[in-house]
Amino acid sequence: MKPIIKVENLSKQYILGGEQKQYSTLRESIVETAQKPFKAFKRGEDKEKNNFWALKDINFEVTPGEVVGIIGRNGAGKSTLLKILSRITEPTTGKIELYGRIGSLLEVGTGFHPELTGRENIYLNGAILGMRQTEIAKKFDEIVDFAEVESFLDTPVKRYSSGMYTRLAFAVAANLEPEVLIVDEVLAVGDAEFQKKCLGKMKSVSDKDGRTVIFVSHNMAAVKSICRRGILLKNGALTFDGSAISAVDSYMQGGSDLSSFREWKANDMPGNNNIKIRRAAVYAQGKDIGDPILTSDDLVFEIEFYNEVNNGIVDVTWDLMNVQGIHVAHLGATCSSSNTNRGWLKTIAVLPRNILNTERYVFSVQFGKNQKELLFRMEDVLIFDVEDGIENRGSNFGKLPGVIHPVCRWQTETVI
Amino acid sequence: MGFTTTKENQNAVVAPLGNLPNEKSDFQLPENPLVVIEPSKGWVPLNLRDIWQYRDLLYILTMRDIKVRYKQTVLGALWAIIQPLFTMLIFTLFFGRLAGMPSDGIPYPLFAYAALLPWTFFSNAVTGSGNSLVGNANLITKIYFPRMIIPIASVASGLLDFLIAFGLLIFLMFYYAVGLSINILMLPVLVILTSLLAIGIGMWVSALTVKFRDIRYALPFLIQLGMFATPIIYPSSLVPEKWRWLLYLNPLTGQIEAYRSAFFGTPFNWLALSISTVLTLAILFYAAYTFRRMEKSFADLI
Repeated sequence: MKPIIKVENLSKQYILGGEQKQYSTLRESIVETAQKPFKAFKRGEDKEKNNFWALKDINFEVTPGEVVGIIGRNGAGKSTLLKILSRITEPTTGKIELYGRIGSLLEVGTGFHPELTGRENIYLNGAILGMRQTEIAKKFDEIVDFAEVESFLDTPVKRYSSGMYTRLAFAVAANLEPEVLIVDEVLAVGDAEFQKKCLGKMKSVSDKDGRTVIFVSHNMAAVKSICRRGILLKNGALTFDGSAISAVDSYMQGGSDLSSFREWKANDMPGNNNIKIRRAAVYAQGKDIGDPILTSDDLVFEIEFYNEVNNGIVDVTWDLMNVQGIHVAHLGATCSSSNTNRGWLKTIAVLPRNILNTERYVFSVQFGKNQKELLFRMEDVLIFDVEDGIENRGSNFGKLPGVIHPVCRWQTETVI
Repeated sequence: MGFTTTKENQNAVVAPLGNLPNEKSDFQLPENPLVVIEPSKGWVPLNLRDIWQYRDLLYILTMRDIKVRYKQTVLGALWAIIQPLFTMLIFTLFFGRLAGMPSDGIPYPLFAYAALLPWTFFSNAVTGSGNSLVGNANLITKIYFPRMIIPIASVASGLLDFLIAFGLLIFLMFYYAVGLSINILMLPVLVILTSLLAIGIGMWVSALTVKFRDIRYALPFLIQLGMFATPIIYPSSLVPEKWRWLLYLNPLTGQIEAYRSAFFGTPFNWLALSISTVLTLAILFYAAYTFRRMEKSFADLI
């Protein structure tokens, strides 16, 4: 079978500091040019230190009709790979051959202009995604139907609710008809019902029309249900290429390192202008960090972060997933009852014993404002094992089946 | 109650999809790849076919710029007239009346306005397209299309303002009883020439601005200087013969003078216009190749 995408020895190098600074000024450039001959000696060692390989020697092929999931932790190179595949940035070495038209969705609503109406934005966004005007006109009604925004078509999208905005944006994208569709985390937006609709649309794209889909996600359940094949990236290298289910397992088990405690230095704390995370830990109550956590322990998870938001109520939400990619729980609370003050905060939560099963779990954390606005989200903050502490297990030694393992109150009586 | 901000119900489970490879897809793969993605080196071909394929996007981006420009303004498109009109009034007062600037026998307001018309278009186009890449960073980092479309659309969107301001010129010519001659037929050619020059310079500036943000501050200043280096408030006949060639090294000089000839029926200076055309095309090609060469780093730098 001839591939539709052929990736050979693909590498991408970013030069940190120095030459690729975000704002370089003319003066710096002149000074640098003048200094170049003198710097020549030092260069060798400097270069190695400042260079960063976002991707290193990636090889794979995709045949038409395949649905491939690309997974990996933050910084593994997923986004860089997508950006090269969609021709946004160039590789440093290597080659990709594309035998079909590519449509990429790295973001929902790219190029939407807030001042323009829904109708105008459909045409604008469609054109940006590479559709011809006539093509959009033909699909216009379908797009409007899918987005459920009929009555707001002539309202500027800046007056739309965020849900309407997302629906409209996805509707345009969903009607894109390339031979290869590249999707990045688009499913992470919108409400549950809309997500189902999107998954359904992707299903029909590949099932009915036999088109090729490349899907990048942190949502392991989605990857498992949508993709047949999975590619795992780790630190810029391809470490697994096989069935989606084994790729997810490999990601959750061998592919990722345990980290029940993490701490960051001031200059590389994950976060943004709203939130900066300094420390996160999960441990058994009454024991030290790093000690084995048993199913019979109360599970403590805590996080220390700097809160930059002064005019809202900040909330912390933890998403607990198991290695099967099943979303076990969604646990959250507000940090205070009135406006949260700017400064360092530490939130501790305790999950009562005898709920989790013997399993490897992953915590993701997100911060919100007034339970409405997302401030920051970090995937896979903590990865930990819960070990066997199950009593009354009878003759079974090994992991018991099931997502949870609560302790029940058993009672048996003799009845007539 | 839910603390969910965006990731509600991630497990909207759907049965596995994706037919076994190529079970149903019936389209034929081409023999040769449609696109080869490779690191590019040195000079890159212009790839004009790519731009042609994205002509719809060019049109839509142009319309977007036009629609957005006067949203939420009270005077709307009147601003297209106000800018050259008031500049003309001020110039007439200071240079025409007070300084007694010669104007080759044409009423000074008309003389100044006929040059301010293309100049306003040119300077707005260069400023707009110069900043256009940085202003559209969200597009550049998220989707592929020929980047040249952005500065070109920015120049094209200025053409409407040009047309509106042109209406006022017709009115002024009636007022001063200056009739149109056959020379006006040159107007479309001149507009194309000025647009090409604006695209050339705008494209070059926009690519440089991605790397050197200094240009954002230098540009308004340079454009202001440019106005005095172009015969707008004065006729080129004012410059001593011996130095006039210097003036003609400015590609706009030949064009601005030709606009006046087209409007007022005076003879064209074909030599000046030829020099201007050659310079314009040279700038355009140089800019286009420079742009293509720098294009690959836009997404990483912007």
